[in-house]
Amino acid sequence: MNREDIIKNGTIVYNRPRLLNERNTHYCPGCSHGVVHRILAELIEEMGIEDKTIGIAPVGCAVFAYNYIDVDWIEAAHGRAPAVATAVSRLNPDNVVFTYQGDGDLAAIGTAETIHAANRGENIVIIFINNAIYGMTGGQMAPTTLLGQKTATTPYGRKADINGYPIKMSDLLAQLDGTCFVTRQAVHTPAAVRKAKKAIRQAFENAIAKRGTSVVEIVSTCNSGWKLSPAKSNEWMASNMFEKYPLGDLKNI
Amino acid sequence: MAKIKGTVIIDEQRCKGCELCVVACPTDVLQLQNKEVNDRGYHFAYTAQPDNCIGCASCAMVCPDACFTVYKITTTDNI
Ligand SMILES: Cc1ncc(C[n+]2csc(CCOP(=O)(O)OP(=O)(O)O)c2C)c(N)n1
Ligand code: SF4
Ligand code: SF4
Ligand code: SF4
Repeated sequence: MNREDIIKNGTIVYNRPRLLNERNTHYCPGCSHGVVHRILAELIEEMGIEDKTIGIAPVGCAVFAYNYIDVDWIEAAHGRAPAVATAVSRLNPDNVVFTYQGDGDLAAIGTAETIHAANRGENIVIIFINNAIYGMTGGQMAPTTLLGQKTATTPYGRKADINGYPIKMSDLLAQLDGTCFVTRQAVHTPAAVRKAKKAIRQAFENAIAKRGTSVVEIVSTCNSGWKLSPAKSNEWMASNMFEKYPLGDLKNI
Repeated sequence: MAKIKGTVIIDEQRCKGCELCVVACPTDVLQLQNKEVNDRGYHFAYTAQPDNCIGCASCAMVCPDACFTVYKITTTDNI
């Protein structure tokens, strides 16, 4: 049986999601942002919610997310995505509203917006891409950078006495009464991708059912910032990041 | 005996040669082009051992650029 026969008589088990635009992304080869965009597009299509989904894009490498996934978007000022999402979801309670934010956006400049939106229990989904670095601006230290991790601004590695400790945002957010679902996932293997997608589906379902704020942290790679190949970045993430940021549900009520 | 066969179509022009699919494939189907590059200068992925493909879509799961279409068939043929 040759390739043509399989294509002609077989079934399609995977196809590029319809909601991903034809445009090529500006992301570096192998960047986790691309995988998360892909599963978001797949999910929104599978759930049949494309007409009522509104994404709030961050400042950071994902600033152009609105160019890639064919739903409605608003681009927020740096860190303000949860505040914008609050307004959008309160004014349009029938829409499904999610933010998409990096660690610099969510855990540095936008810490207050993030914590207070979650504490108010806004019916929104927060997708949190934790790649432990500021990717867009050239690989500076982020609040989530690991101790010892080398970045452009911690060339000898992050030191607690000078730079403070890596912040576990999802653990903080899980403490708040407004959150109903807080989970930490990754997209480095096929199995992890399937799990992450399931978690994001649950988050969207929570928003539709108005259960409060759902947070899906995706422990991610920034291979350009880390100065490793994409494959080596996944390995580095699994052996270094998961210890500080263990995968799994932190809260699910 | 029934056997599962698969095949993939890769969008060569969209591929950024990140190699994540090569690592994820359980049956060593995929490789990056050694010399050849696409219009954007990337050593794109290709099916070096197409007959090994089982249509598991692991490659498609990890591809950040959604380059894959995956087909699968259950066959009783010998090949
Ligand atoms: C108000 C404001 N301050 C600072 C910046 C510069 N800036 C752009 S992106 C960024 C951080 C991005 O890091 P992260 O949120 O982790 O996203 P990544 O690029 O890693 O995906 C900063 C500080 C800005 N654009 N606006
Ligand atoms: S700089 Fe990092 S986060 Fe930004 S696109 Fe490149 S790999 Fe991704
Ligand atoms: S479908 Fe599975 S076996 Fe076929 S190329 Fe992709 S990962 Fe390899
Ligand atoms: S994962 Fe996608 S972008 Fe990366 S090499 Fe394979 S086909 Fe190309």
